Amino acid sequence: MYSQGLIGADGRTDEDEAFLAAFQERIDAEMKIEPNDPMPEGYRKTLVRQISQHAHSEVIGMQPEGNWITRAPTLRRKAALLAKVQDEGGHGLYLYSAAETLGVSREEMTDQLLSGAAKYSSIFNYPTLTWGDIGAIGWLVDGAAIMNQIPLCRCSFGPYARAMIRVCKEESFHQRQGYEIMMTLARGSDEQKAMAQDALDRYWWPSLMMFGPSEGSSVHSSQSMAWKIKRFTNDELRDKFINATVPQAEYLGLTVPDPDLKWNEERQSYDHGEIDWDEFWRVVKGDGPCNRERLRNRTRVHEEGAWVREAALAHAEKRRERAEAAKIAAE
Amino acid sequence: MSDDLFRYVLRLADDHLILGQRLGEWCGKAPSLEEDLALANIGLDCLGQARALFTYAGKVEGKGRDEDDLAFLRPEREYCNALLVEQPNRDFAWAIARQFYFSAFMLPFWRAMGKSTDDDLRAIAAKAEKEVAYHLRHSAEWVIRLGDGTEESRRRMIAALEELFIYTGELFEMDDVALAMVSEGVAVDASELRDEWRRTVDGVLSEAHLTAPEAAYDQTGGREGRHTEHLGHLLSELQYMQRAYPGLEW
Repeated sequence: MYSQGLIGADGRTDEDEAFLAAFQERIDAEMKIEPNDPMPEGYRKTLVRQISQHAHSEVIGMQPEGNWITRAPTLRRKAALLAKVQDEGGHGLYLYSAAETLGVSREEMTDQLLSGAAKYSSIFNYPTLTWGDIGAIGWLVDGAAIMNQIPLCRCSFGPYARAMIRVCKEESFHQRQGYEIMMTLARGSDEQKAMAQDALDRYWWPSLMMFGPSEGSSVHSSQSMAWKIKRFTNDELRDKFINATVPQAEYLGLTVPDPDLKWNEERQSYDHGEIDWDEFWRVVKGDGPCNRERLRNRTRVHEEGAWVREAALAHAEKRRERAEAAKIAAE
Repeated sequence: MSDDLFRYVLRLADDHLILGQRLGEWCGKAPSLEEDLALANIGLDCLGQARALFTYAGKVEGKGRDEDDLAFLRPEREYCNALLVEQPNRDFAWAIARQFYFSAFMLPFWRAMGKSTDDDLRAIAAKAEKEVAYHLRHSAEWVIRLGDGTEESRRRMIAALEELFIYTGELFEMDDVALAMVSEGVAVDASELRDEWRRTVDGVLSEAHLTAPEAAYDQTGGREGRHTEHLGHLLSELQYMQRAYPGLEW
């Protein structure tokens, strides 16, 4: 629990030019920044924002898939889905721990999530309407997450990079499971094929939006790149994802819902149609199909669980008092 | 013999599937992330046990039914789980009380089943025993925390323990199927586990500064497919996909 010691610690740094230059030198030398190392306040804040939003995404992301646990079509799929959602909860825990090393508490982060001050991935504001969506989420959403997260395994901040190594292993397993669901549907009955196509139709664009806005409008991009928090631009990662995913869709015999999608021989990359950025910003700002539902659920769970958390605290306190009393009595 | 064995194994499978389903409903709804993980973990163990038992039941029956046929295509009157495991989640204290009563029974049950003359059941028991020891520890710790926590947690814990108590007697019930299996050396005489169960329950409750409930009567019927009103709804959700799209691969 080395993180606990840092909560409330003085995060101020002396940010004169020499300090910033020395810090950048460490970054450029690919040295990992660790929790007790001095760091610019902007670096700390950027990481707190990014890691906590990542953690929140894992937690909120339990809802759309959790929606199908009780209805999964076979026992094998049910077990795999339950295990997957459990993994996501675990990823949330690692990430909250990684963020805590930067001096912010899980309680503060939870409050920020519930008040709407902190964001989570826009993708989880889309509903899971059929079993096909569970396949599409594994294949596309986890696929996009992996594209984003693999470079983060080399992120300059040590705790985040190490969390990502573990997360990525599990995510790629989930992605294969998702693709396997899609493959089973695509090779199944007409109804199943239609289910798979419909899921791809609804999840394709939201998955592309997971990489965030294009460079021109991405505020955090250049500084994050210089600090090696980010390694690639949003558009670079999005292209990588499209290039990897389109052949998979073709293999499934499914159609990507983008009439402008075309292989560009010169770029050795797919050109794609325009993303609906109005929709993206609307969802990020709270007006997507499930934003209110997701936060309402999370808030209700938090409130309904309060008495349990209070009981655990009260009991721990009683134990401590009894142990102390016993110790005094024995002296 | 094989019909009795089929029914006996099926009961065990149903207990674990239904409880696993209830635990799956908690996903994303637990009081903390740690508990989300713990309940999912226990749910997964239950599902794993259910799958092994269904597969074995299908083999014993010899009609080519697999785990999914048995889980998804039987109506509520053919389900033979104990009434305890189908009880709804209501609040965290209910989930804990249900798990605690059940795990306190299953631990000595699987231990005794380790001496069964049936190879498959012995193998399932060996794996399940380790898992249930963990489930019992987890639920007992929460009975103590909630029972000896705040006034509210104590009130809720008592309510859950008392309301669920009438369903515990069924766990020890022995009928012709179970007795026939005992005489073959296959099954456990559940009625002989009652004292140990009671000692476990009393021990944990006294640590929680609670007194163990007494049942005015035992509500039973699950083994004959006479359930509470909760099961039909649970199965509607569980079986929806297989009922809507029968006979497909998923």
